[in-house]
Amino acid sequence: MTVMEQRGAYRPSPPPAWQPRTDPTPLLPDAAPYRVLGTEAAAKADPELLRRLYAQLVRGRRYNAQATALTKQGRLAVYPSSTGQEACEVAAALALADRDWLFPSYRDTLAAVVRGVDPVEALTLLRGDWHTGYDPYAHRVAPLCTPLATQLPHAVGLAHAARLKGDDVVALAIVGDGGTSEGDFHEALNFAAVWQAPVVFLVQNNGFAISVPLAKQTAAPSLAHKAVGYGMPGRLVDGNDAAAVHEVLTDAVQHARVGGGPTLVEAVTYRVEAHTNADDDKRYRADSEVDAWRDHDPIALMERELTERGWLDEAGVRAAREDAEALAADLRARLNQDPELDPMDLFAHVYAQPMPQLREQRAQLRAELEAGQEGEPR
Amino acid sequence: MTTVAVKPATMAQALTRALRDAMAADPSVHVMGEDVGTLGGVFRVTDGLAKEFGEDRCTDTPLAEAGILGTAVGMAMYGLRPVVEMQFDAFAYPSFEQLISHVARMRNRTRGKMPLPITIRVPYGGGIGGVEHHSDSSEAYYMATPGLHVVTPATVPDAYGLLRAAIASDDPVVFLEPKRLYWSKDAWNPDDPQTVEPIGRAVVRRSGRSATLITYGPSVPVCLEAAEAARAEGWDLEVVDLRSLVPFDDETVCASVRRTGRAVVVHESGGFGGPGGEIAARVTERCFHHLEAPVLRVAGFDIPYPPPMLERHHLPGVDRILDAVARLQWEAES
Ligand SMILES: Cc1ncc(C[n+]2csc(CCOP(=O)(O)OP(=O)(O)O)c2C)c(N)n1
Repeated sequence: MTVMEQRGAYRPSPPPAWQPRTDPTPLLPDAAPYRVLGTEAAAKADPELLRRLYAQLVRGRRYNAQATALTKQGRLAVYPSSTGQEACEVAAALALADRDWLFPSYRDTLAAVVRGVDPVEALTLLRGDWHTGYDPYAHRVAPLCTPLATQLPHAVGLAHAARLKGDDVVALAIVGDGGTSEGDFHEALNFAAVWQAPVVFLVQNNGFAISVPLAKQTAAPSLAHKAVGYGMPGRLVDGNDAAAVHEVLTDAVQHARVGGGPTLVEAVTYRVEAHTNADDDKRYRADSEVDAWRDHDPIALMERELTERGWLDEAGVRAAREDAEALAADLRARLNQDPELDPMDLFAHVYAQPMPQLREQRAQLRAELEAGQEGEPR
Repeated sequence: MTTVAVKPATMAQALTRALRDAMAADPSVHVMGEDVGTLGGVFRVTDGLAKEFGEDRCTDTPLAEAGILGTAVGMAMYGLRPVVEMQFDAFAYPSFEQLISHVARMRNRTRGKMPLPITIRVPYGGGIGGVEHHSDSSEAYYMATPGLHVVTPATVPDAYGLLRAAIASDDPVVFLEPKRLYWSKDAWNPDDPQTVEPIGRAVVRRSGRSATLITYGPSVPVCLEAAEAARAEGWDLEVVDLRSLVPFDDETVCASVRRTGRAVVVHESGGFGGPGGEIAARVTERCFHHLEAPVLRVAGFDIPYPPPMLERHHLPGVDRILDAVARLQWEAES
C-alpha cells in the first residue's frame, strides 16, 4: 500500500514547536548612534573623566600630526593615521583595566600609546626597524595586526583562556569596517558568542577601506546589526563623541567581566586623512565630503561641551596642549635618531633553538658584513 | 614600411594594457578584487578599467580574499573568465582554502568537465621597503600545489605577453608580479604588443660560457647585474629567466647548463623547501655528467621576511651571487 492509498489514515505528527534560541529584541542596536556630547546626557557626565578624555584627545591629535610629519621626512616607512578617530582610540584604551588586553590593528598605535606603550616602541613597525617594538605582556597589548581581522579570533581565545583560568580579564579588539568582511571577523564573533567569551569587538567604521566605501562592503542596516545574527548585543555609537564611546565600551567591558558575554560596538567615525601617506584619496572622494566631517571633530565636540559647561578653563586647555607638545618633542627627538640595528637579530628569534641551517646562514651574513659587503638594496 | 615609435613603458603599464586588451577581446573576462575599481588598485595596475568597461567588468569587492576567489570559482563555473587581484602576497593567504581545495583540483575532480580559467594576480617579493606582510615570496606554496600554473614576468614585454597568455589559459594561473619591478622601464610598443609567450617557456636573457644563473621575476635584473660585474673576474655568465615556474622548462634550462657546466639558482624566496631545491634537483638529475660542480643556490634566508630597515641583508645581491659563482670549483679548470 502506498502512502497515497493510505491517505485517510496517514496523520503526520507535528514537529516540536519551533522557538527562537534567544529573543533578538534586546540584542538590536539603537536606531541612531548613541551620543552624550551636545545632549542632555552630558549634564550627568563626570567632568573629571571628560577632562581626562579631552587631554588625551589633544595629545592623540598631536601624536598623529607628528607621526605624519616624521613620515614625510622619511623617518617612518608608512603611517596610517587615526586623525579624526582619536575618540575611539582614546576611549578604547581608557575603558580597560590594567589586567585587560587590547588587540589593535595597524591603525591603532594611538590606543596602544594611551594604554602606556612607549610611542617609539608603538611606532617601531611603521618605522621599519622591527615588527613589534614592545613587549606585548608589559601593557597587555597584542602586536599591531596588519592581516585584517586576524587578531579577532586571538582576542576571543585569550578571553576564553582567562575565563577558563578563573581570571576576570576582558579582551577588547579593534577592527575597521573593511575588516568586517573577512571570514575571521565572522568566525570570531560566532566563537565569542557560543563560548560567551569576555570580549568586546570595537568596529571603527571610518567610512572607507582604502578606497572602498562602506556601501560596497555591507548591505546590513548597520555593522552593529551583525551582532544579532551571532546572538550578542550590537551597540551603535557616535565614534567622534569620546564620552559616548567611553561609556558604551565601559558598559560592554563590565558586561563581559561579570559573565554577560561579548558585545559588538560599531563606532561611526570618519577617516579624515588618506589611508596612509602612500594613498591618494583624491582618486575616490571629494574634499567636500571630508570637510563635512570637520565640524563633527572629536576634539571640537569635547572642547565645546567642556567650555560651555564651564568645566574647562584656559589653564586646562594650555596644560593639555603643553603635554601634547612634550609628547611630540620627545617623538621628534627620538625618531630623528637612526635606530641601532643588529642584522644578527634576523636569526635570533625565528625558533626557540636556532636550527643548524639558520646558524650557518647567520655565520654567512656575519662573514659578509666583516668583508664589507652590506647586501645590495635594489 | 612604417616605423612604430617604441617608447619606454613601465611593467605596471604593460600589465594594465594586457588586462584592457583581454577585456576588450573577450567579454567574459572580469577583473575583481580590493580597490581595483575606482582607485585602479594600490599599484594602479587596473587603472581606468572600471571607467572603460563598467563596474560589472572591473569590480571593487568586499574585503575578503576567500570570498573573492570563492566567487571567482562560481563565476568561472558559469562561463566567465575571472582575473582576481590579491592586494599583496601575504594577503592572499585567506584564499588558500579555495585555491588548494577547489581552484587547483576542479578539473581533475570532474574528469575535465569543469575547468576553471581563473587568473590570480599576486604582487609579490620585497625590496620596496614594505612593512610586515607586504614582501613575501610565496611562490613555493603555489608550486607545491598540483593543478596551478605559476608564472612571473621580469620584463615589460613579458608582463604583457604572459598576462595575456594567463588569461587565455583554460587552467588556473597564479600570476606573480614582482612588486619592485612595477616601475621598471623597457622599450616596448603598446600598439604592437603581439608577443604572447606560451606559458612554460624560459628564455636566455644573456648568453655566456662560464656558468648559468637560473632565476626569475625580481631576481632577473640582479643576476644580469651580477653577470656584468663577473666579467671583471673573468667569468662570462649566462642568465636564464624561467618566466614560468609551473610548467617548468627543463629543456631550455638543461641546454644552458649542459653548455656551461655550472649553475647557480637565484631567488628571494627562502632556500629551505624553496623553488631552488626543485630546480637544482631537476638539473642534477638531467645534467649530472655535464656538471663541473654541484648546483648552488642563492636564496633569501630561512626567516620571516625582515623589516624594511634590514631587508637589504636578506635579499640576494650581486656580492652573494658572485660568492656563489666563486664556489663552483674552478680549480679543476686549470
Ligand atoms: C587580509 C588582508 N587583506 C588585505 C589587506 C590590505 N589592506 C590593508 S588596509 C586595507 C583596508 C582596511 O580597511 P578597514 O578595515 O576599514 O580599516 P581602516 O584602514 O579604514 O582603518 C586593506 C585592504 C590586509 N592588510 N589584510
